[in-house]
Amino acid sequence: MITESDIEHIAELADIGISKDEVPEFTTQFNAILDYFEVLDTVEGESAPDAGAVNVFRDDEPRPGLSQEEALANAGSTENGFIKAPRVM
Amino acid sequence: MAGTLEFSPDDRYNAFITTCSTAPFTDGALAGTAIAVKDNISTAGIQTTCGSKILKGYVPPYDAYVVELLRQAGAAIVGKTNMDEFGMGTTTETSAFGPTQNPADPSRVPGGSSGGSAAAVAAGLVPMALGTDTGGSIRCPAAFCGIVGLKPTYGRVSRYGLIAYANSLEQIGPMARTVEDVSRLMSVIAWYDPRDSTMLDRPYDHRPTAEIKGLRVGIPEEYFGEGVDPRVAESVRDAIGVLEGLGAETVPVSIPGMRHALAAYYVICTSEASSNLARFDGVRYGPAVDTRKSWHEAYQDLRQEMFGTEVRRRIMLGTFALSAGYAGRYYAKAQVARRNIKEDFERAFCDADIIAGPTMPTTAFRLGEKSDPLSMYLSDILTVPANLAGIPAISVPCGKVDGLPVGLQLMGRQFEDERVVDAAYAYEQEVRA
Repeated sequence: MITESDIEHIAELADIGISKDEVPEFTTQFNAILDYFEVLDTVEGESAPDAGAVNVFRDDEPRPGLSQEEALANAGSTENGFIKAPRVM
Repeated sequence: MAGTLEFSPDDRYNAFITTCSTAPFTDGALAGTAIAVKDNISTAGIQTTCGSKILKGYVPPYDAYVVELLRQAGAAIVGKTNMDEFGMGTTTETSAFGPTQNPADPSRVPGGSSGGSAAAVAAGLVPMALGTDTGGSIRCPAAFCGIVGLKPTYGRVSRYGLIAYANSLEQIGPMARTVEDVSRLMSVIAWYDPRDSTMLDRPYDHRPTAEIKGLRVGIPEEYFGEGVDPRVAESVRDAIGVLEGLGAETVPVSIPGMRHALAAYYVICTSEASSNLARFDGVRYGPAVDTRKSWHEAYQDLRQEMFGTEVRRRIMLGTFALSAGYAGRYYAKAQVARRNIKEDFERAFCDADIIAGPTMPTTAFRLGEKSDPLSMYLSDILTVPANLAGIPAISVPCGKVDGLPVGLQLMGRQFEDERVVDAAYAYEQEVRA
């Protein structure tokens, strides 16, 4: 059973803003969906074994990419050829 | 015969988010053919929104590989089609640009999430369109609008330039009014691309043939069970009868893992979405984040305002399913369920060459009918197994119930897309004759 404070915590973890008046409905819907997910408790078998797949790597050679101008074209806020972001600290 | 196509459609069903009034084209297999592209596939110089406010005004600096291939084949890209926000929905109602209506009955949804592509084709605005299918998003709207749609084998069409929602499940695929056109479009887009590391070099170069004598058609009881409208099931059984009339034989098969399919699908797709959608922060693209606020505050405020409710719900569900203490119960179990379903199909394909059933359990819903998220999720039960197993699946129209189209779904072995196309073609040619 997920509580309203769990929902607020998950929203915080996911960096999804949530307003006070949305919390009760999200909580109800979450619980209905998680009830449905309980069917997974009846899944038989252990965690997936190694399927024998191998990673295929290419050599780390430089290839053409976006120009600086193209890379900045969609950024909302730039300064001296850099992308500007909110402060982290 | 290079040139420019003028395109000013009467978009009465809100099928498009963006239209291109003049679309250039070149010589090639699709020279001058108007093609609509779902709005989660990157198009250089043409706005690409994923149906979301968070990408409003975003103009990709490069083409997805499938778009590059379309242009090389001479296609005229005439617009970007409406969709559920980031592909998260079964109705096209979660789009930030308003719902699309179903041309077969405008009081109904076109299905989703590629509802704009299906409506544009069904309304005759374009002969062909690209959609994407994560859990049924090509086949559902094809069935609801009465057109043909193919979800290719996972790894057959490059996802380079597709804005990711759930990478391990989704594929780009063709939608059109006929099986032949679906096959033509597939042969243009299915070429190897080293930039998609989940691809295999298995190009599709095929012309459909209607010869299906001796084809073994598996009928899974799970596809005709509880929740499936009996009238839809009857239409599909009649269609299977047509295949038998053409010399196919039916065999009973079983996919017992179906009982876990929907829960496994929703755990996996929301988990992948919670990671994929972290990039939408208003810093590199989309409406600008307020750089005067602190990071988390700015990020949370922007995402609350710019993401729709269903997208926020799925990001939160995925975050929860992957969180410490719950990942073993949800994500790990879902992966086991996924493997079991894949093995069920492998077993079934020992006795059958293709598997047939309804695409959707019902005909198209009324606009606004699926307001509760779980009831919307449940309607994906017949389409998600093919995504979990990575196998090809096509939806082809097979009659109507109360005037609304029904889709026959045909699934095949991995990399046997040609076989499901041939079976769909045989059916289509027979009922059109």
